[in-house]
Amino acid sequence: MAVIELTGVLKDYTTEAETLHVLKGIDLKIEAGEFVAIMGPSGSGKSTLMNILGCLDVPTDGVYRLAGSSVGELDDSALAGLRNRTLGFVFQGFNLMARSSLEDNVALPLVYAGVSRADRNQRARDMLAKVGLEGYARSLPNRISGGQQQRVAIARALVGQPAVVLADEPTGNLDSTTSAEIMKLFERLNREEGVTLIVVTHEQDIAAWAKRLVLLKDGLIQYDGPIPPEFRRNE
Amino acid sequence: MIGPLIGEALRAMAANRMRSALTMLGMVIGVGAVIMMLAIGKGVEDSVRASIASMGSNLFMVVSGAPQSGGIRMGSGSAPTLTLDDAEALMDLPGVVAVAPSSPGGAQVVVGPTNWSTSVTGTTPGYFTVAEVKFGEGQPFDESDVRGATRVAVIGPSLAENLFGGDSPIGRTIRVNQSPFTVIGVTEPRGQSIDGRDQDDVVIIPVTTAQRQVFGTQVIGSVRFVQVKAEGPEVMERLQGDMETLLRDRHRIRVGQEDDFSVRNMTSIMNAAASTTAAMKLLLGAIASISLIVGGIGIMNIMLVSVTERTREIGIRMAIGARRRDVLWQFLLESIVLSLVGCLIGVLVGVGGARAVANATELKPVVTAGSVMLGFGVAAAIGVFFGFYPARRAASLQPIEALRYQ
Ligand SMILES: Nc1ncnc2c1ncn2[C@@H]1O[C@H](COP(=O)(O)OP(=O)(O)OP(=O)(O)O)[C@@H](O)[C@H]1O
Ligand SMILES: [Mg+2]
Repeated sequence: MAVIELTGVLKDYTTEAETLHVLKGIDLKIEAGEFVAIMGPSGSGKSTLMNILGCLDVPTDGVYRLAGSSVGELDDSALAGLRNRTLGFVFQGFNLMARSSLEDNVALPLVYAGVSRADRNQRARDMLAKVGLEGYARSLPNRISGGQQQRVAIARALVGQPAVVLADEPTGNLDSTTSAEIMKLFERLNREEGVTLIVVTHEQDIAAWAKRLVLLKDGLIQYDGPIPPEFRRNE
Repeated sequence: MIGPLIGEALRAMAANRMRSALTMLGMVIGVGAVIMMLAIGKGVEDSVRASIASMGSNLFMVVSGAPQSGGIRMGSGSAPTLTLDDAEALMDLPGVVAVAPSSPGGAQVVVGPTNWSTSVTGTTPGYFTVAEVKFGEGQPFDESDVRGATRVAVIGPSLAENLFGGDSPIGRTIRVNQSPFTVIGVTEPRGQSIDGRDQDDVVIIPVTTAQRQVFGTQVIGSVRFVQVKAEGPEVMERLQGDMETLLRDRHRIRVGQEDDFSVRNMTSIMNAAASTTAAMKLLLGAIASISLIVGGIGIMNIMLVSVTERTREIGIRMAIGARRRDVLWQFLLESIVLSLVGCLIGVLVGVGGARAVANATELKPVVTAGSVMLGFGVAAAIGVFFGFYPARRAASLQPIEALRYQ
C-alpha cells in the first residue's frame, strides 16, 4: 500500500481581489522507500503541495491519505501526532533552534513524542553520528557551517523514524559542493535505511540523485516517471 | 513534558537577560511592596493591640482642663483642677472598680554612679488595678503608703535593667530628684503606651510622696488626670454621665458654663485606633497589590512581544510535532517562571526592607508566613493569569502561517 496517496487534490487561495487556483487536480501515489524529486517553474505550486503533504495545510478539495489515514478527517492534535511520528521536515533555511545545542535540536521531536530524556539524548547522538557530526552534540547551531546545519536538520527529521521525509529546496541556501554532499547523504539514507524521501528542487543535478521525477506546471502534474538520462549528478 | 519545557523557559529567559530582569523587576517591586507594607501594617497593629492590652479594659480617663479636640492636654500652665478628693468621690459611684489619680512628670534617677532620666508617675494603689499591672518581682505599694507619703517605688523592667543590670532591685535604694526611695516592686514588661511612652522605663510612687518630695512645684492634692476602671462594658455609657454630673457638682459648674475637666472613654478611643490601624493595613496592602498587578501587566506585555518574535520558532515546533497544548504550556511556563523568580527575589527584598525599616525607625514590622505565602500565591496567579493570553495566542497560530512569518 502506498504511503502517500493524493486523489484529485485542489488548492485555492482566495484573496480580496481574486481566487488563485494553485493546485488544479493532483493525483499522486508514492510507495514506501521511494526517492522522489519534485520540480517545476516558480509559482507552479511545489511548496503548496509539500505543505499539504506535510499536514501543515489542508487541500481545498480532494483526498489525501497518509500512511493509511485520511488526513482531512483528523483534528489538530492528531495532525500534530502525524507530523511528529510519520513525517520529517527539512527546510531551505535549516530552521534550527538557535539557543539549543545540536543534540537538543535533534532530540526536539522526541520531546513532543514523550520519549524519556536518556533515550532522547542517545538517539539524538546516534543520529548526529549517522549524518557525520559525531562530537558536535554540545555545539550551538551558529558555530557550524550551513551544510552542517542542514545535516543537523536532516538528523532531526529522521530521529523519530518517520515514514516520509519532506524537503523543500533543502540545498537552496548551499553551494554546489555542499549541495552534492547533502544529496549524497539523502541517497545513502534512502538506499541503506529505506527512508522515503520527497525533495523539491530547481536544479537538475540535484534531482538526478532521486529515482523518480514529478514535474509540476500550473498546478498540474506534467511528467511523472524515471529521472531523464540527461540529468547528471554533480559529484 | 513539563520538565524539558521548564528548561526551555529558563533558556529563553537567559537569552534575553536584560529584558527578563526588567520584567521581573516589576514582580520584585510588587511582591516586595506587599510583604513590606503588610509587615509594617501588622507591626503597627500589633503595637496598638499591645498598648490596648497594657492599658486595661473598660477604662475612662478624666483629665484636668476644658475638653479639647485632639490629644490630652498636659502641663498647660494652669493648675490641675482635679483633686484626690474628686478621685475618692468617683470611686464611690456604682459600677466603678478602681480609680487612679495620677501626677506624671520627669525625674533624674540616680543609683551610685548611674544617672538616668526617666518618667515618674505619682499615683494610688488603684493604678495597679486600673492598668492591670503584673509584677515580675516584689509587690505594689498600698493605701498606707499613700497616706503616709512613704518613699517606696515600683519600677519598670527596662529601668531596673539599666540601673541594676542583672541584680534584683528589690530593697535597693534609688534617688529620684535627690530623694531616696526603696524599690519594692518591678513590673512585668508592658511595652509602649498608646501615646508612645515606654511603660517599662518608669518609676511609680505614691502620689502624695510625688507631690511633696519629687515635683515640688505642684499644688498639693490636685492631679492632672484620674483613670477610672468600670465593672464592664455595659455600664460605660451610664457611668460617663454619672461622672460628669458628679464632677460638675463638685466643681460647682453651673448650667451653660464650660467644664474644667473632660471624661474620655478610652475603650472607644482604643477601638477607633484599632480599626484605624486595621484600615491602614488594608490600604497599604491594597496599594502594594496595585504594583503587583502592574508587574503582571509587564509580564503580559513582554510575553506578547516574545510570542510575536518567536512566531517562526512556534511554526517550526508545530511542524515537528508540537501540539497546541505543548506550545501553550511552553509560554505559560515561561511567564510562571518569570513571575516566580521575580516573586522569590521580591520576598527577599520585602523581608530585607522590613528589617531595614525596623532598624531605621520606631516601627516594628512583622513579616508573617501568611503574607509571604500571600505574595507567592498572588504572584503565581498573576503569572498564570497574565501569561495565559499570550500563551493562548501562540498556541492558536496556524502552523503554516507561523512558518511563513518573517
Ligand atoms: N498563503 C498564500 N496566499 C495566497 N497565495 C499564495 C499563498 N501561498 C502561495 N500562494 C501562491 O500560490 C502560488 C504557488 O506558490 P508556491 O509557493 O507553491 O510556488 P513554488 O512552486 O513553491 O514556487 P518557488 O519555486 O518560487 O518556491 C504562487 O503564485 C503564490 O503566489
Ligand atoms: Mg517553493
